[in-house]
Amino acid sequence: MRPFVYQRASDAPSAIQNLATATAANNVLTEASAQPLAGGTTLIDLMKLDVMRPKAVVDINPLAASWSNVSLDDDNLRLGALARMSDVAANPEIQQHYPVIADTLKLAASPQLRNMASLGGNVLQRTRCSYFRDVSYHNCNKRNPGSGCAALEGFNRSHAVLGTSEQCIATYPGDFAQALMALDATVEITGRSGVRKIRFSDLHKRPGESPQAETTLSPGELISAFLIPGPWPRSVYLKVRDRQSYEFALASAAVALDLQDEVMRDARIALGGVAAVPWRAREAEAILKGQKFDDALIDRAADAAFADARPHRHNVFKVALGKRVISRALHQAATMEI
Amino acid sequence: MTNQKDFPAGPGFNRRTFIGAAAGTAVAPIVAKAAGASGGPAATSDPSLPVDVSLDINSATRSLRIDARTTLLDALREHTGLTGSKKGCDHGQCGACTVLINGRRVLSCLTLAVVAQGQRIVTIEGLAEDGELHPMQQAFVDQDAFQCGYCTPGQIMSGIACVREGHAGSDDAIREYMSGNICRCAAYPNIVAAVRQAARAMSDEQKG
Repeated sequence: MRPFVYQRASDAPSAIQNLATATAANNVLTEASAQPLAGGTTLIDLMKLDVMRPKAVVDINPLAASWSNVSLDDDNLRLGALARMSDVAANPEIQQHYPVIADTLKLAASPQLRNMASLGGNVLQRTRCSYFRDVSYHNCNKRNPGSGCAALEGFNRSHAVLGTSEQCIATYPGDFAQALMALDATVEITGRSGVRKIRFSDLHKRPGESPQAETTLSPGELISAFLIPGPWPRSVYLKVRDRQSYEFALASAAVALDLQDEVMRDARIALGGVAAVPWRAREAEAILKGQKFDDALIDRAADAAFADARPHRHNVFKVALGKRVISRALHQAATMEI
Repeated sequence: MTNQKDFPAGPGFNRRTFIGAAAGTAVAPIVAKAAGASGGPAATSDPSLPVDVSLDINSATRSLRIDARTTLLDALREHTGLTGSKKGCDHGQCGACTVLINGRRVLSCLTLAVVAQGQRIVTIEGLAEDGELHPMQQAFVDQDAFQCGYCTPGQIMSGIACVREGHAGSDDAIREYMSGNICRCAAYPNIVAAVRQAARAMSDEQKG
C-alpha cells in the first residue's frame, strides 16, 4: 500500500473541503488524490492491491452521528448513507415494508463485511473484474484509459452482458443498488454548494467510451442519504450464485409488484450480476404493466429484458440464467404472503 | 512496546512470548528513528511520518506510534504481540482476522488501526476469564471443531457474534451467518455443532 495522509473529518463541511481540495479536477473514483473512508471494505482492499492510490484518506465515520439515521413515514423511507448494511437489513420495519431492500443487504457479502460497510460506500463499490483488480494487466480501460480491455479476450465468465461497451465489460457487483433502481430511489448528495438530489438511476454511468468515469459525482461530493418512495411490501430479491452464501451474483433480480386481483398494476425489475451498471429492465416492465399475471407473458418480458444482451465467450449462459431469474423472482413476488 | 502482562501467563518460556517480545524489540528502533526525525509528535501532513494511535484492546489501553497504513490486524500482531488474530487472505475474504469492535464482528485486515481508536476491541486473547475458556472456545474443543486451527480464532470470534445477533437458531442459520469464515480443512460440520453447543451455553449463562 502506498503512503497516504490520514485525515479525520470532524463534520461534513470539513470532509467535503478536504476531499474537494485534494481531488482538484481529477476523476472522482479512479484518479482522485483524496478518497473518503467509511467501512473501508472496498477502499482498503483496492489500496492493498495498488488499484486505488489516494494521497489522502478522509475518514468520514465521525459523520455517522448525523448520517446514519433510518426513518420511515407513510410514503418515504430515508436511509442515511453511513448506516451499516447489517443494521438496515435487520430493521423489522424495512423487512416488512421494503423486503427487497432487506433482502439485497442480507444476501450481500459476509456478516463481518455487512457490519462494516456503509450504504453509500456499498453502492459505490468497484467492479470485481479480475483484470481491473490485478495491476499486472496494463490493459484495463478503467484503470489506464485507452489501454484496452483484457477481459474481452480473457476469462469473462463473470462479466456483463448488458450495458457494456467495446471498452469495458466489467460487471457492476452490488445488490442493494438493484433495490434502489427498482424502487425509483433518489440520492441525496452533499457537496460544497449544499445538498442536491438526483435519481439513483442517474448516479452510475455506463462505461461507453470512458469506463474510468463510473459515477456522476463531482470531486468533494458525498452521498448523504437515499430516499425511497413506497412502501413495497410485495417485493423480493433473488440472487443466483456459484455458492449458496458469501458470493457475488451471477444473475439476480430485484422485483416489486403492485398486484390487485392478479393484475400487475405496477411491476418493477432491476437486474444484478449481468450488467455494467445497476440495471432497470424497463422493456420487461412495460410488457407486464396493467396485465394479468401469466406465465407466457412473463417469458415474453424476460426475453425483452435480454433482447439487447451482448454475451462474450464465457458468459453466454447469463442470458438464459438471467431470464429464469426474472421469471422465478416474479413468481416469488406474486405468491408471497403480505 | 511489548508488555509481558499481555501474554497468557504460562510456566516459563513459550514460543509465542518469544516471538512477541522479539518483534517488539525489532520494531522499536525503526519507530523511534522515524519519530525522532519529525522532531516531535506525529504530524498528519507528511505520509512518511508515523501517527500516534491509542487502542482499547481487551480492556487495556495500548499507545502505539505506527504508520497510518497499519491495519488493525497488523497493529495487533506486529505491534502489541497479540498474534491470536490470524492473517489469512488479508483482503477481507476469509474471516481469519475477525475481531469484535464495540461488540460487532468486523475484519481487522480491512480496518485501519487509526480508525479503530476510541472503540472497544476484543480479540481471541480477551475471551477467557480467570483461566476459564469462553463457552464458544470450550465448544470448539468439545466438538473437535478444527484441524489445523488457523481459522479457529476468527471462527470463535464470529461464532460469538453469530449467537449474540440471534443467528444461531438453526443449523441453516448458523451456516449462513458463519459463511464469512472459511475453513480450508473443511471442519464445517463440527464448527456448526460447536456454535450450536455454545449458543445453548451462552443462553444458559444469561438465564443463570
